[in-house]
Amino acid sequence: MSIDLQQDFYGLFGLHRRFRIDEAALEFAYHDLQGRVHPDRYAHLPDSEKRLSMQWATQVNEGFRTLRKPLSRATYLLELMGIDAGLHTNTAMSPAFLMEQMEWREAVEEARAAGESEELAQLHTRLRQHSREVFDELARQCDDEHDYAAAAETVRRLMFMEKLQHEIDDALEALES
Amino acid sequence: MALLHIAEPGLSTEPHKHRLAVGIDLGTTNSLVATVRNGIAVCLVDEEGRAMLPSIVRYHADGRIEVGRSAMAAHATDPRNTIISVKRFMGRGVKDVAYIESMPYDFVDADGMLRLRTVQGVKSPVEVSAEILKVLAARAQASLGGELTGAVITVPAYFDDAQRQATKDAAKLAGINVLRLLNEPTAAAVAYGLDNAAEGVYAVYDLGGGTFDLSILKLSRGIFEVLATNGDAALGGDDFDHRLFCWALDQSEIDPPSSEDARRLLLKARDAKELLTACDEASIKATLGSGEKVDLVVTRDQFADMTKHLVQKTVAPMRKVLRDAGLAPEDIKGVVMVGGATRMPHVQRAVAEFFGQEPLTNLDPDKVVALGAAIQANVLAGNRKEEDDWLLLDVIPLSLGLEMMGGLTEKIVPRNSTLPIARAQEFTTYKDGQTAMAFHVVQGERELVADCRSLARFELRGIPPMAAGAARIRVTFQVDADGLLSVSAREMSSGVEASVLVKPSYGLTDDEIAGMLRDGVERASEDIDARALREQKVEADRVIEATLVALEQDSDLLSADERAAIDAAIAETREAAAGHDPRAIKRSTEALSRATNEFAARRMDKSIRSALAGHKVDEIQV
Repeated sequence: MSIDLQQDFYGLFGLHRRFRIDEAALEFAYHDLQGRVHPDRYAHLPDSEKRLSMQWATQVNEGFRTLRKPLSRATYLLELMGIDAGLHTNTAMSPAFLMEQMEWREAVEEARAAGESEELAQLHTRLRQHSREVFDELARQCDDEHDYAAAAETVRRLMFMEKLQHEIDDALEALES
Repeated sequence: MALLHIAEPGLSTEPHKHRLAVGIDLGTTNSLVATVRNGIAVCLVDEEGRAMLPSIVRYHADGRIEVGRSAMAAHATDPRNTIISVKRFMGRGVKDVAYIESMPYDFVDADGMLRLRTVQGVKSPVEVSAEILKVLAARAQASLGGELTGAVITVPAYFDDAQRQATKDAAKLAGINVLRLLNEPTAAAVAYGLDNAAEGVYAVYDLGGGTFDLSILKLSRGIFEVLATNGDAALGGDDFDHRLFCWALDQSEIDPPSSEDARRLLLKARDAKELLTACDEASIKATLGSGEKVDLVVTRDQFADMTKHLVQKTVAPMRKVLRDAGLAPEDIKGVVMVGGATRMPHVQRAVAEFFGQEPLTNLDPDKVVALGAAIQANVLAGNRKEEDDWLLLDVIPLSLGLEMMGGLTEKIVPRNSTLPIARAQEFTTYKDGQTAMAFHVVQGERELVADCRSLARFELRGIPPMAAGAARIRVTFQVDADGLLSVSAREMSSGVEASVLVKPSYGLTDDEIAGMLRDGVERASEDIDARALREQKVEADRVIEATLVALEQDSDLLSADERAAIDAAIAETREAAAGHDPRAIKRSTEALSRATNEFAARRMDKSIRSALAGHKVDEIQV
């Protein structure tokens, strides 16, 4: 076996390098691996083994966290394919998308200012539905068309949407407390 | 499952060698100790058959220290030296503690954690807690008839780093080897889940004497996975007592009461609260120091009404925890109730209303945490059997971050991350030629540093002078399975490395702990050298035994030379351990540990690869 266990999370969990993954298989592998490396299995052993266990368990957690969430999985997959999604520097987006984003943002801002938590919750649901469609598009680009440049732009769009989702969450939380 | 059958790590290979381990619930009001006996978790009792030890410590002028029920008797006559609910002070400063002004203690606002001035001098909450732990450890040793391998000590899930560190320090001071700090709701879930073979998503609502936790766990195929946790580390039964006490003061127009009267009334209020669980009304009767009499009756409805804002305070965390877990109330299969305060009918009503189902109250809310901790301790100590194939995956309750310019928080480790976790982030210098950089580590969810808990400050020095923005300083946060943080910082670009490890500024320094240990040892008139020798021998035995087990299982991973080197190191450690020089034992034990480093790494790789082999086949089968 030549997989570098330290580097490739797909290899670590025995999965193919695709965006669409079998989530149940990922979870099964995650639980199986943690059952082998978790610090609770090494609590009675010498410090050197405890350290090793902590390093591995940390790595396994990091891998699971990365692959479980679709957005971080896509970013990671693109990175493995040698594509830098340019998440922090490349912010050039299509005008249509930016316009759509502005509309969403205004709707959220209005609902927040008016203290309408019901409206915010609805926006939350609508945005989630919308992002599900965009994720389907991303899956096609990654796994069927292998058009990673297009996928990178879709990832950037999804990052915007996720940020907005968080803003809605924060607004809801602020209204509740 | 894994198709290759190999012995799993942590599995007991010598069934005759049962290690003594206990679970300790160090509670605000009461503490308990439990163990697994013949496969069943049981609470250990005192000579009078009582499991619960009131968490009360009294310092006498003659140097005696009294813990538990007998100390409680003095609560009203000697309040200054009789410390109750010390858990509320763990890892806290004077300004952090609610209604501290009505407490009868002589506080010393030390740097970091507060201190209490008693007739036996200034005491840290860590020392007071250690006295409680010592009594429980002694009870366990007497009952089990041997020295303890270690203990799992429970903490509220919502405890921050400073409070966790303080708890661990208290155990250290009490001479207890801490196998793990375990979150209280998680401990309860283990006890409940294993007992009922539960599968699905459960909520644990844990309202104790001074803390409130709410955890959502997913139980599947022996994995207890905490999805999210929330709570309030300063909300509990104590607050209900205090509210009733204030009401009683109002009604009887006493103000302000003496320390003694306040304590007397507070405990009467607690009694009344407990009575109201079963009765529709309760009376509060007391004779004050002045001879004045208090004689009041409170009804259950009145009590529910005056404390409804406290119950309401548990609702926002319920909502938040579900949002963090991405779930709705109807996704919850069952709600496990933990902590004595969940006996209050109006608390149960509020929980039932929120989740749309009656909470599970078929377990003893006082004991379930200690029992769960005992089950975990048994496994961690190395008594794991084939059927103990379950595992806990817990999370960090509060985000960890660094202070940025303008007093804003930059989150590094987000809340509800599964432990252990490591996160790194790079920073740079903002001035030309800057050679040092200060870091301020904080914990909490608020955007402003001032609203978060300050954990530690440290400085990275010796950065080679460079233009502003050229240095690359990598800060790494590592949180271990106890939920404890260590932070290191390193300048990357120049090849010059510096690294710092921090301990929370609210904790005790190692020197302070060493000093307290010395004092304690002097009082117990135990020879400190004898203790060091004993500890080193135990450690040497542990390492030798672990190595022998590993060799038995996996010696094929070693070349003949490597095997010979390890055998030689074992022989050397054995010889040293037969002698009387703790330093020689330590040296040889460390050498043995080093000699097996590479072997341990290969064993771990083998185990992971066999897991991988198992999945590949599973995938084909799907």
